[in-house]
Parts: sequence; C-alpha cells; structure tokens
Amino acid sequence: MYLISASHATRVRRAGLLWQIGIATALCSAAVLIAQQTSANLRMRGIASGYDYLRRAAGFELPAGPVPFSSSATFARALAAGLVNTARMAGLAIVAAAAIGVVTGIARLSSVKAIAGAARVYVNTVRNVPLLLQILCWAALLQRLPDATSAWRPLRGVSLSNRGLTMFTAGVAVTPEFAALFAALSIYTAAFISENVRGGIESVPRGQAEAAAALGLTRLDVLRRILLPQALPVIVPPTIGQFVSLTKNSSLAAAIGYPDLMSVTTTTINQTGQAIEAFALAMAIYLAINLAISAMARRRFRLEDAA
Amino acid sequence: MTRGRFARGASRIPRSWIAAWLCLAAAAAAAGCSAAGTAERTSGGTTLDAVRTRGFLRCGVSTGIAGFSTIDGRGEWHGLDVDVCRAIAAAALGDASKVRYTPLSAARRFAALQAGDIDVLARNTTISFQRDAQLGFEFPAVNWYDGTTFLVRRSRGVERPQQLDGTTICLTPGTTTEADVADYFRKHGLRFTPVVIERVEEAVAAYQNGRCDAFSSDQSTLAGIRARAPNPADHVVLAETISRSPLGPAVMPSDGRWVKIVRWSVYAMVDAEELGLTSATIDAALGSPAPEIRRFTGVEGDLGPMLGLDRRWAYAIVKQVGSMRESYERNLQPLGIERGLNRLWKDGGLLYVPDIR
Repeated sequence: MYLISASHATRVRRAGLLWQIGIATALCSAAVLIAQQTSANLRMRGIASGYDYLRRAAGFELPAGPVPFSSSATFARALAAGLVNTARMAGLAIVAAAAIGVVTGIARLSSVKAIAGAARVYVNTVRNVPLLLQILCWAALLQRLPDATSAWRPLRGVSLSNRGLTMFTAGVAVTPEFAALFAALSIYTAAFISENVRGGIESVPRGQAEAAAALGLTRLDVLRRILLPQALPVIVPPTIGQFVSLTKNSSLAAAIGYPDLMSVTTTTINQTGQAIEAFALAMAIYLAINLAISAMARRRFRLEDAA
Repeated sequence: MTRGRFARGASRIPRSWIAAWLCLAAAAAAAGCSAAGTAERTSGGTTLDAVRTRGFLRCGVSTGIAGFSTIDGRGEWHGLDVDVCRAIAAAALGDASKVRYTPLSAARRFAALQAGDIDVLARNTTISFQRDAQLGFEFPAVNWYDGTTFLVRRSRGVERPQQLDGTTICLTPGTTTEADVADYFRKHGLRFTPVVIERVEEAVAAYQNGRCDAFSSDQSTLAGIRARAPNPADHVVLAETISRSPLGPAVMPSDGRWVKIVRWSVYAMVDAEELGLTSATIDAALGSPAPEIRRFTGVEGDLGPMLGLDRRWAYAIVKQVGSMRESYERNLQPLGIERGLNRLWKDGGLLYVPDIR
C-alpha cells in the first residue's frame, strides 16, 4: 500500500514536472518568436536596432543627484542615475509606508472611537482616490509654497520654498518633486498596508488576547508579544506585495518631473528612438528590483520565524 | 502549519518569476541583436490605395499645441499642422474634411507612425539627422521654420538666453528641446537644473507656479503658451533662438509615391501663395490665361495623374485649405506669432519651393 502510493506520487510529480517544462518551453518559444518577428519588422522599416546607444553620449541634462552626470555622459550612466533615484525613492517610501501602515492599522483597532474612526476615514479616503491624482495634487500643493526669494526660514540654515527644502548644515536638499512623490507613494501604500495589519491582528483568535490579559500582561505587551507575532505570517506576504506595488507605482514620477528610471527611459527613447530596447531594459530592471525586494523580505521574515 | 505553508511558498514563487524574467531577457536580447534568416516582406498595395479604400486619411497630431493642432468646442481640429493633414486629404480624396485625427504625445508619436497606426505624422516634429537616418522616417517638406528658446517672467529682466545661468528650467520630454538646452548651456559653460514633466499642461503649470525660472520649447509653441497665460504681459518669449528647428510632417519611407504626395501637398500651398492664389480667388483663376496657373489648377497638363492623383488635386487643396499665407493668418497670426523666416523668399523669408510643372 505504502509503496504503491509512493510510486503514484512520483508519477504525479513527474507528470507535473513535464507539464511545467512544456508550458515553460511554449512560453519561451512564443517570446523568442515575437522578438524575432519584431526585429525583422524593424529592419524592414529601416529602423536601426540594438543596445549600442547605451555607450553614446546622452546629450540631455538631469538634476543633480547621487550619480554625477552631465550631458556628455553616456545613456548607460543616465539610466544608472535614474535607477539610483528610483531605488532611493522606493527605499525611503517603503520604510515610511510600513511605519504609517502599522501605526494606522493598530489605530483602527483602538478602543478609543475617535482614533479608530480617524484611521478608518484615512484608509477609505486614500485608498479610493487614484494615485496619479494624489501625486499631481501633492506637486501642485508644494508649488504653492512661497517663492525662492521669500522662502520660509524657520531655523538658521533651513529654507523652505517652492524650489524645495534645504538644510545647509545637514547638507540635505529635497526637491519638491521628490517630496511630492514620496508623500503620495508612502501615504497611499500605507493605507493598504494598514488594512493588512488590521486583518492580520483580527485573524488571531480572540482567546489569545483574553488569555494574555488574564495573565496580567499590559495592552502593549499583549500586542507586542502575543498578537503581532501570530499576525505576522498573515500580514507579511500581502505587505511584500504592497512594497512591490509601491516600487512599480514610483514610475508615475515622470508626471511631475522626478528624474526616475521611467523618466530617463522616456527621454532616452526620444533621443535614440530605441523604444523596444529601452522599454525591455526598464522592464527587466523593475522586475529585478521587485524580485530582490520579495527575496529580501521573505528571507528576513523566514530567518526571524526560525530563530 | 502556517509556518510550513509560508516557507514553501517562499521557495516556490521566485523560481517561476525567475523563469519569466529569463524569458523576457531572452526576448529582449533577440529583439536587440539582428536575428538572421527572416524573409523581407514586401507590402502589398500603396498608401494612397489604402487611404482611398478606407475613405479617410489617418493623421497624427498633438494633444493640443496652440496654432498647430488644437480641437475646438465643436470637435473640429485647427492649426498649421492640421492644414497639412487637410491638404493631403484634399489631394488624395478630393475632400479636406476626410481626416481622422489621432492626438499623440511627443513621446508616443514615432511609435504610432512606425506601427502604421497613422498615414502621416503632422505634429511639430523637428527634422534631424538622427530621426531621418536611425528612426528611418522620411521628412518630405518643412511647414514651419522654428527655433528653441525660452519663456520667462518679465519681472526677471532676462533678455538673452545667456542670462539664464544657474536657473531651473521646465521642459517636456520627447522633444529635441531637451538636447538643445543641454548643448547650449554646455557650450557657454553655464549651469541649469532641468525639471522634465511629461504633459505640456502640467509643465506649463509648474512654470506658472514659480517652480521654474523659465520654460523652454520652440518659439512658436511658447508664443501660443504665452497668449493663453492668465496674464500674457507678465511673460516674455526671448527673441534669440538657441537652435534651428525646421518642423515638418513625417511618413514611413516604404512608399515612395506617398512621400511625394505629402511633399507636393505642402509645396502646393506655398506655390499657391507664390502665384497669388487664395481659396477666394482660385475659382476665378480657372479661367486664367497664365500657363503656370493653368498647370496648377489642372486646366492644362497631366500633372496630378503622374502621382496617381486627380488632375484638380492642387485646386482642391487651395479651394478647401488655402495658401500657406492663409494658413498662417488663420492659425498663427491671431496668437501674435511673427511670420519671420516663414515668409516667401521674395519677402525675405525661406519659403522657396519647386514649380508645379
């Protein structure tokens, strides 16, 4: 009996594997066929193709950033500058979104009605307004700050105007485009994370909290030691999905002029005409970033879980 | 239980993702390198035949550039570029109104032409070596001689582009402007910070809200933006241009006859001005004894059929669209845009085209 079922299981597994290989081959050949056809069509229309453009001088300017850049630098460097800007935006906004999301998610379960209500209004409003609209709205708001000539100077060495926030002593300069995109992305994504957190905590059987309270644990300890650890396996997977969404959504930057990967790609396409190549490259980079985020988040969670 | 499910999911999902990623990479590589051994396909039927069978011309225009292509409250398109579409439709179909317009962003326009979604692109497109040589387009004619310059607040007292050192400049992507401005500042050892915003409307709003010190584009585009600003007198378009931007319609090169039809449709508007013909006088000109006018209107000779067009193709253009002067006076003059280089050669401009003979 045991032997039969084992060989049966092997057969099933083998059949499954065959299916997987078959489907993968079919998909891959379809992709290669489309690529070949496209390349043939491009040549038929006299459009030069290839990735040679990456080594040519870009010929356009980017705002000053962590990657030194001038118009005589290559398209590859422009792409790198865009990638760093995207990574910086995604990294900071993910941290902010997670923080806001956890706080508001817990706030929604607060026994104080005002706090729970405020959190609910926040989540429902922000989740149901298109992100692009929110980004444009933040950008418009920040453009309404005073002119550079009449900038607010609340402290020595700090200036805030519609040209951005500058803290001379700390060496920090934030452009309005960065601030608008950062605010919109983190606040929007946090609303979804907030729901994940609330759902995760509510999935823990009520008896757990009651038992912990009966043992004399404080409310904070109940949350920290009993509820959150059990809620985490429910919260983390969809939240990783939100981190990935945030990174993808950061490509809306071009709408307000933050020089991210997508914005640089658009400009590159228009200077070189290599639309398919540049889009394929941008897609591969976004895919790589998001796979990295997923892998890091999962590994981190699993390590903590095992420890 | 929960832990086990989670751990298994973690090891499984990325693997299929990686496979998808590899596929994408393979596709990109194959698209990038020139795959050998694919047969050259010859396109059956000409563009003119396709347009006639379809009954209308498909023309790519802007999403709204004052004077060149804008849509009015009744859903009708107007502008210098729109008149090019109308002239081609008049020549090919005998009816200037048989045009379907496709509004395209600067970034989308070339893909639409390459994909064959439109028969002709008439969208403030600067003719350049690279667009000609690498993108493989044909630019049959110039319909407006322009140049990159800047829109600035009058209160700043800027009179020349050189005085813009250290400023922030708003731009739209997908234009030659981005490269022109970078070249100019580099050449003069000046610095600027670009703010590149995708849609013209938002880029202009950013300038008007004071986010940028200047907005850069072609001179005629800037004049249109200034004319529509809440208070036009507060802004100036700098008179000095930092580049030459000859604008013209673009077509795919595969159909040589279609390239010529587009070229001569634009030339016919210029020739009409040269001959003193307008939409109002063209009917009277049908009885003219002057041989060049008789050839132009098709009363004499067989010029139209040489391109597969009707004998009266140029007559149809002038009757329904008008001469180049009429197009300018209708579309650009009301915005306060000077004709400048776009006058006839005998009036001190650059318009000089071959005869229709």
